[in-house]
Amino acid sequence: MRFDTPATRNPIDRLKVIGKPTDRIDGPLKVTGTAPYAYERHDVVPNQAYGYILGSAIATGRIRSMDVSKAKQAPGVIDVVSTLDHKPVPLGEHNTANLFGGAKIDHYHQAIALVIAETFEEARAASALIDVDYKRDDGSFDLEKHADSANLAKGPDGEEMADHFGDFEGAYEAAEVTTDATYRTPAETHAMMEPHATIAHWDGDKVTVWTSNQMIQWGKRDLAKALRIPEEKVRVDSPYIGGGFGSKLFIRADVVVAAIGARQAGRPVKLALQRPLIANNTTHRPATIQRIRLGAAKDGRLTAIAHESTSGNLPDGKPEEAVNQTKVFYAGAHRKVALRLAKMNMPEGNAMRAPGEAPGLMALEIAMDEMAEKLGMDPVEFRILNDTQVDPMDADRPFSRRNFVECLRRGAKEFGWDKRSSTPGKTVDGDWLVGMGMAAGYRGNLLMKSAARVRLGKDGIVTVETDMTDIGTGTYTILAQTAAEMMGLPLERVKVTLGDSDFPISAGSGGQWGANNSTAGVYAACVKLREQAAEKVGLDPQKANFTNGRIHLANKSVPLTDAVADGELVGEDAIEYGDLDKQYQQATFAGHFVQMSVNRFTGVPRIDRMVAVCSAGRILNPKSARSQVIGAMTMGAGAALMEHLAVDKRFGFFVNHDLANYEVPVHADIPHQEVHFIDDVDPYSSPMKAKGVGELGICGVGAAIANAIYNATGVRTRDYPITLEHHLGRLA
Amino acid sequence: MKLEVETPAHLIDVNGLGLDEITETEEGGLRIGALVSNTDLAADDRIKRDYAVLSRALVAGASGQLRNKATTGGNLLQRTRCPYFYDTNMPCNKRSPGAGCAAIGGYSRQLGIVGVSDSCIATYPGDMAIAMRVLDAVVETVGPDGKTRQIPLEDFHKLPGDTPEVENALYPGELITAVILPPPPGGKHFYHKVRDRASYAFALVSVAAVIQPDGTGRVAIGGIAPKPWRKPEADAELPNGAEAVARVLTEGATTTRDNAFKVPLVERTLASVIEQAKS
Repeated sequence: MRFDTPATRNPIDRLKVIGKPTDRIDGPLKVTGTAPYAYERHDVVPNQAYGYILGSAIATGRIRSMDVSKAKQAPGVIDVVSTLDHKPVPLGEHNTANLFGGAKIDHYHQAIALVIAETFEEARAASALIDVDYKRDDGSFDLEKHADSANLAKGPDGEEMADHFGDFEGAYEAAEVTTDATYRTPAETHAMMEPHATIAHWDGDKVTVWTSNQMIQWGKRDLAKALRIPEEKVRVDSPYIGGGFGSKLFIRADVVVAAIGARQAGRPVKLALQRPLIANNTTHRPATIQRIRLGAAKDGRLTAIAHESTSGNLPDGKPEEAVNQTKVFYAGAHRKVALRLAKMNMPEGNAMRAPGEAPGLMALEIAMDEMAEKLGMDPVEFRILNDTQVDPMDADRPFSRRNFVECLRRGAKEFGWDKRSSTPGKTVDGDWLVGMGMAAGYRGNLLMKSAARVRLGKDGIVTVETDMTDIGTGTYTILAQTAAEMMGLPLERVKVTLGDSDFPISAGSGGQWGANNSTAGVYAACVKLREQAAEKVGLDPQKANFTNGRIHLANKSVPLTDAVADGELVGEDAIEYGDLDKQYQQATFAGHFVQMSVNRFTGVPRIDRMVAVCSAGRILNPKSARSQVIGAMTMGAGAALMEHLAVDKRFGFFVNHDLANYEVPVHADIPHQEVHFIDDVDPYSSPMKAKGVGELGICGVGAAIANAIYNATGVRTRDYPITLEHHLGRLA
Repeated sequence: MKLEVETPAHLIDVNGLGLDEITETEEGGLRIGALVSNTDLAADDRIKRDYAVLSRALVAGASGQLRNKATTGGNLLQRTRCPYFYDTNMPCNKRSPGAGCAAIGGYSRQLGIVGVSDSCIATYPGDMAIAMRVLDAVVETVGPDGKTRQIPLEDFHKLPGDTPEVENALYPGELITAVILPPPPGGKHFYHKVRDRASYAFALVSVAAVIQPDGTGRVAIGGIAPKPWRKPEADAELPNGAEAVARVLTEGATTTRDNAFKVPLVERTLASVIEQAKS
C-alpha cells in the first residue's frame, strides 16, 4: 500500500479498540517469568554449550600473541576461539567498531576470545587463564583536549555537516539581547535490563540466532555479512526484548562470536555479554560539548540562533547530531548549525534513545531559559512567541501538525506554573530550596516501510506475523489493537507473533518510528485480508463493513468465519511512503514541567514532581504510551542528575562499567509523574494518523530539571549531570 | 568471585552456625549474632529504640533484597574498594600487592580524602559500620583454636598504608561471632547519607551522630576514608559547631579534582545534623 496522500476516514477512525487504554497482551507472560528471553530459550535446540567472552585489556594497540592452551585444558572447556584465528569480520552497515577478529584493538573490552564450556562457571573460570601479550599504543581519550582541533563532520556523501539560513553573524551582532554559553553532556550507556544475549545454532550451512535485537532485518543482513554467508542462510529470532534503547539496533559481539563459536565447536553456543563488558564493548551515547548563541529583539523575538556541537568517535564514526532540532524548532531567526567530530579511541558512539535531540535539547533548552531570563520574559511565553508553523529554513514547508503552543499552555495549567517565583533562590521549605523549571521537547517523526502478514484462521482467530519487535514498548498490544479494529474483532481474537526474520520485514523498533509504521504495515495487510474475506462472501470489498465479528453491507450480514469455511485467508502487504515527509515537516512536541528541591546544606537535588504534555498524533494505546513517556521522563531524570560514563583518560575506557557505579534512577528518585496527551490526529503520518512518543518523552526533560535547579538555587549549571558539587560552594 | 577478583579454593557455608540472635548483655547493651540479617537488625525494637543511629544506617544501605541476605558479620567485612578494584585489567595494590594503583590519577569522585595512602585511595563503602563506630561497638571473634577475642570496632578496620590488601584485624581462620553494643548512649540519633541517587547508592559522605541535649556527642563519617572515620578530638568540638568538627575530621585531606567537594560536604552535612539536633 502506497501512502502518498493524506489519510482520509478509514476503519481505524472507528476507535472501538484503537485509542483505548489497553493492558499489554504479553503482560501476563512477563510478570509470570514465562516470556522466553534470548538467554532462557533452553527448548529451541538441545545440547547448548555456554560461551564467555574475554574483552581486551587495552584500548588501542595490537595483540602480539595469545596463549589459550591453559584455558583449553581447564575443566569443562569444549573449545576456545581466539580473535587471532579469524580475519576481522566485515562491519555492519551502521557501525564502525570491529566486533571480532584480527590482532588490532580498536577499543577497550573489544571481544578477543570466546571460551566454550559445559557450564557458565567453567567458561568464566577458563577465560581467566588466557594469557594475552598486548602492544599498547597511545590513543585519544579526552574529548575536551581534542575538541578545539575537531573538524566539521562529514555526511554520507562527504558533505560537511553544517547548515545555515540567512546571516547569523550579522543578526547576532545587531541583536539587542544576546546569550553565548557552552554546555556539556556526558557519555551515557543504555543500561537496559536484559544484557545482549544470543544462542547460535548451525544446521548445515544455515545459522539460526535466538537473540535480543530491535531491528531484525538489519541484524540478518549484518550477520550474513559478518559470517560471509548469503542472507537466506541466516535466521534471526527475537520475540521478547528486555529493553534496548538503541543498544540493540545492531548485532553486537554476542551474536557474531556465538555464531563463530557454534560453528567451530559444532554445538549450539549460548552467551550473554556480562554486565561489566557492556559499557565498553557495545555502543554508547557520545559526550557532547555544545556552544549556543542566541540573539533576540527586546520584544522577545529570536533573531539569531547558532548551535555548534562537538563529539568524538572512532575514525569513520559519526557525530552525535545534537543540533538537528535547532534547525526547525523556533521561528524566523537567522541561524547556523554545525557538527564537529574529534577522532577518538574510545568505544563506538552510536544511537541511544532520541539520539541528537536528547543531548541537543539538554543544551538548547537551558539556553532558552537563560535568554528568557535576560529578556525578563516568562520562559513559557518566550517559547510561545517564537513558535512557527512552517520550517523556519523553508517557509514553503509547513509542519504537518504542530500543537506545540497547546502543549506549553496545557502544561503550565496542569502544573501550576503561575505559582513559580521568577526570582531564583527565593523559595525555602525547611531544609530545601524549591524551584520550578520547564523546557520544550521536540522529536522528528520518521516514515519507514513496514510489512506484515495477517492470517484469518478457520477458528476465526487473526494471527499477525511481522518481524517487528517489542522492546518493552507495548508493540504486541498496538498491533493486536490495529488488527482487531480493522477486522472488526475483539482483542482476544487476535494473536501477534513478532521478531522472526522469516516474517515480513517491518520498520523495526528505533527512532520512535516503530508504533506508527508497524501498525500501518498491519493496517495495509488487513486491507488485503478484508478484500479477500469480502470477496469470499460475495460482498463489495470497498464497501463492506467489518464489525462485531461479522461482515456487513446494506442489509446483508455474515459471520467473518464464513469467509474461511474453505480454509484460512492470508493478507500480506507493506506500507510504503511517498514524499509527505518532504512536503511537510513531521514531528512530535512536548512541554515538560518539573519542580525540584535542593537541600540547602548538602546541595542534593531531588525531584518533587514532573508534568509532561505530549502531542504525537493519534495515541494508539494511552496506557502503553503513558508508560513509554514516564519511562522516558525517568531516563531524562537520570541524564540530568546522575548518569555519566566516567572516562579514564590515561587507559582510555569507561571506568564505571557496572550498575553499581553507573547510577540510573531508582523508584525513590522518581516522584509523581503526570502525562497528558493532546487529543490529535496527523493524517500526513500514515493511515493510523499516529506518531511515536517513546523518544519524545525524554526530549527536554533534562533541561527542565536543570532550569528548575537554577530556579531553586540561583546557580546555573551547564554541565551534566547536575550533581551537588556544581552548586554546593555557592549555596547560602 | 563473579569477576575473578577472588578465586578461593574452598568456601565454607557458615549459615548453619546459629549466631542469629540479638541478646541483652549483663552490662545493659546488646549482643548481635554475626548471622543476624540487616533487615532483622534494623527492625529490632531495641535497636530502633536505643540505637536508632544503627537502624537508620542499615536502612540507608543497599536495597531491601540485599538487606534480607546481608548479615551483621558479612556487612562488616565488605571490602574497601573502588571501580578499578573490580576491573582485573587494571593495576590494584589491593588485588595484587605491589602492582600499583590505577585509581590514583584516574576517576576518583567516589574515593577517599583522609586515611588514604600512596597505595590505595578506596573508601570503606558500608553504612552499618559507621553507626557501630559511633556506638563504640566491639567485634567478638573465635579463632581456629576455639579462643575468642574482642576487637573494638575502632581497631577492626585497617588503614591501607603500604598494605592495602590487609583490610581488617582478623587472623586467617578467624570468624566473627557477634557484635557487642555497649549500653544505650541516649541523645538524639542521626544518620545522614548524601548520595546522587536517592536509594541503592554508596555514600558520597555520610554522618552518623549521637548528640546529647547539651550539644556534646559523638560523630563518625562514612564515604571519605578506608574505614569508618571518627576522632575523639572531633567529638570534643561538637558544641563548637560543624566547621570546628569538620576541620578536625578532614585535617590533612588529600583531594583530587573529582572529590575535593567532599571536604565542604562533610562540614555542610554536619551542619545539617547539628541544626536538626537543636530543633
